[in-house]
Amino acid sequence: MGDDGEGGELSEGFQRRRKGGAVATFSGFEADLLRSLASQLVELLRNEVAAPSAGDDPLEQLLDFSGPTTAPEDPVLARLFPTAYPDDAEAAGEFRRFTEGTLRDNKAQAAVRIIETLEDSGLPGELAVDGLVVDIELDRDEAVTWLKSFTDIRLALATRLGVEEGDEAYWLALPDEDPRAHVYDIYQWVGYLQETLVDALSRSR
Amino acid sequence: MTAVSAPTPVELDQPEVEDLTFLDRPWVTIVWNDPVNLMSYVTYVFQSYFGYGKRKAEKLMLEVHNDGKSAVSTGSREEMERDVQAMHEFGLWATMEKAES
Repeated sequence: MGDDGEGGELSEGFQRRRKGGAVATFSGFEADLLRSLASQLVELLRNEVAAPSAGDDPLEQLLDFSGPTTAPEDPVLARLFPTAYPDDAEAAGEFRRFTEGTLRDNKAQAAVRIIETLEDSGLPGELAVDGLVVDIELDRDEAVTWLKSFTDIRLALATRLGVEEGDEAYWLALPDEDPRAHVYDIYQWVGYLQETLVDALSRSR
Repeated sequence: MTAVSAPTPVELDQPEVEDLTFLDRPWVTIVWNDPVNLMSYVTYVFQSYFGYGKRKAEKLMLEVHNDGKSAVSTGSREEMERDVQAMHEFGLWATMEKAES
């Protein structure tokens, strides 16, 4: 990420775990950054209320299984929950009503799993000591959970930045003092981690 | 997760959906290109979710990458809704439409 070496050596990413799944070693700085990204994702997913109010009737409220029928306003959420029927607003609304709540919950839970695993693996609530190393071991299902959540995190970062196809040169040419350059570095770093995780899972099939 | 009663509304909708698919052309799940998802990841998703072999998964991934989109599965409306939801779960940009006749 940053070229100032603030995090020490960069993680080599994930490697295949013999029993299936993947292992990785992160510096405390890296683990803390992953936790922060996952936390922001959880916050965003729980930010906008997914289900509309069912009105004042208590029975109606109890029976309200429905979710939203219109696309989220936040561009990140709109990307995470695309419109399934582009040419049929009614069908799209129905689809969204039955799927968006579940998708939101699953995506938030996946990000929470990342946070929990990092903390169970020795990441303290507040990163204080230098030289902390966090070893992560994921079974196959957990690795898939991380893989999906890395996608959500990358989609969120890219949507906020406005990343487009084939525009790497633009981002890499930004001056260091531009905060977007730092965010782009983080986006690239999560992409690298995801690439190594896909590789670890593909080779253990 | 109190999911015991949650599936009910979906099931209530099924007869209507099946009536439609019985009479109509099949549906397809379309995955669209995006600047974010890794080619290796998209291939992995097609392999692991659809059970496609590596060659077919890579061919579909390259269609998405080069042509901007690819029809990755075909079936009833209900089946395609399941596939689209799964693609959204994986963070792919998926939509569905009737197959071209």
